[in-house]
Amino acid sequence: MINSEIQPDIENSRVEINNTAVRPPGFFKKVFGTYNLGDFIFERLTLLFAVLVFLLVILMGYEMYVGSKISIDKFGWSFLTNSVWDPVQEIYGALPIIYGTIVSSFLALVISVPLSIGIAIFLSEVSPGWLEKPLSFLVELLAGIPSVVYGLWGIFVLVPWIRTDVEPFLSEHLGFLPFFRGAPYGFGMLAAVLILAIMILPIVSSISRDILRSVPQSQREAALALGATRWQSTKIVLKDAKSGILGATMLGLGRAVGETMAVTMVIGNRAVISPSLFDPSYTMASVIANEFTEATSEMYLSALIQLALVLFVLTIIINAMAKLLVWSMERKLGTR
Amino acid sequence: MDTKISVKNLDAFYGKNKVLKNISIDIPRNKVVAIIGPSGCGKSTFLRCLNRMHEVVGGTITGSILVDGEDLTKTDPVLIRKRLGMVFQKPNPFPTMSIFNNVAAGLRFNGVRNKKVLAPIVEKSLKQAALWDEVKDNLEDSGVNISGGQQQRLCIARTLAVDPEVILMDEPASALDPISTSKIEELIFELKKNYTIVIVTHNMQQAARVSDFTAFFYMGELIEYDKTTKIFTNPANKKTEEYVTGRFG
Repeated sequence: MINSEIQPDIENSRVEINNTAVRPPGFFKKVFGTYNLGDFIFERLTLLFAVLVFLLVILMGYEMYVGSKISIDKFGWSFLTNSVWDPVQEIYGALPIIYGTIVSSFLALVISVPLSIGIAIFLSEVSPGWLEKPLSFLVELLAGIPSVVYGLWGIFVLVPWIRTDVEPFLSEHLGFLPFFRGAPYGFGMLAAVLILAIMILPIVSSISRDILRSVPQSQREAALALGATRWQSTKIVLKDAKSGILGATMLGLGRAVGETMAVTMVIGNRAVISPSLFDPSYTMASVIANEFTEATSEMYLSALIQLALVLFVLTIIINAMAKLLVWSMERKLGTR
Repeated sequence: MDTKISVKNLDAFYGKNKVLKNISIDIPRNKVVAIIGPSGCGKSTFLRCLNRMHEVVGGTITGSILVDGEDLTKTDPVLIRKRLGMVFQKPNPFPTMSIFNNVAAGLRFNGVRNKKVLAPIVEKSLKQAALWDEVKDNLEDSGVNISGGQQQRLCIARTLAVDPEVILMDEPASALDPISTSKIEELIFELKKNYTIVIVTHNMQQAARVSDFTAFFYMGELIEYDKTTKIFTNPANKKTEEYVTGRFG
């Protein structure tokens, strides 16, 4: 009895809501269903931008492949394994150049990462507030200096210093190692490594600092409340931040591999493989920057484009490896 | 009354801002003292003064805090925090560590490395925290893959493993569901046989249930401190009465 009286009331009110709250179906509704027009545009537009990035990568890879077709057909895989780079004879083997790129970047990381982590720990865990702000600013300022300025500084300050002080010192005390033999030119692998280390320092340290800061304060307090010293609580924070710091390192590596101007100004620009850090070397980016103006023959140009393709693929591999490492580490932690 | 902690004329500051004003309070041994009061009254700050965590966030204090007659304000804070363990509002186990390593963390900070020494202490602490039966088969699992209530008991076990004299609890159940809350409350009841407990709580029923003594803080001052039954049935101060009857706060 009561039910039958209430039931129609509810239905009535429902009908009313339908009539007033939703606009009558017009053109828009017919085309887009129940979509909100603003959201529809927003979603499709952002999707378009995302797809655009993807297309750009594919297009660049394709263009480089097409551009280097002549060289690829002639040299094939020997482009990667042959160590003679001789434009006069039209023989192009990129091994010394690839070697120079990887070794200079890797050694720069070895020097830069411990320093960067130290800087990040100081900024995030130790520094008092009044010092932290200006110091952070200076570190970020280093990232903003144009690479050609680093190169100029390298030529006029770093290289003479290496020639007169560092290399004689190293060959005197560590000369029994093959890494520290030969004539002290100044220009060479050592100068490139040092300048790269300085150049990737700001990016690795400022990202690591942000990662350390993002570790919740409760983690530090948990450790301290158990009687941890400041160093012990920092170790806990570092463990939490491990995957992020690894990501920062990989970004630094990416920058080092692609760095062109400063490196080419100090590395000596000779495509040779030598164990000695004193000897000149060459990197892919600097070969391209130095030689594209001289690339008058079709084959030469094609070989340079193939070099660019190798650099492109190497960068993709580095980034993919970074992502994989970060993922696997996060999975191991079972968090985030 | 056998006094464990004796606080005299304690002032606490954040910069120039005075957040605790002239607090003097005696905390008896093997009892539970609840600290109640509205938000911002300084109750958490008071707790954090007791194990010198207040200074971690840049605060300063004046006055004295005596534990068994020894002045904490003149000792190494690292040593103090081993004697006065702390359980936080939100469970904060170490995500990079297994359940076992979470409990062993405090001992490892003290330099205990031998697993043969650690294992029985970890087991005992987890049993004391009423968590052993739930986790004994997966001690190597991550400390964050268990429920929130279990995580909080893990944090209590972690605190107990260092063998503190006092346990400070900062709203230990406020982030938990009712069942986990009642488990924590039972645990507090068990723990007071061996430990002196100071618990900050927003929940007045909880204060009434678990504590022997209650202190009412308001605007950085200690308004009233007495037996819990007295505070909740016949408080001397009008402000206290208004707060415990729910007229403000």
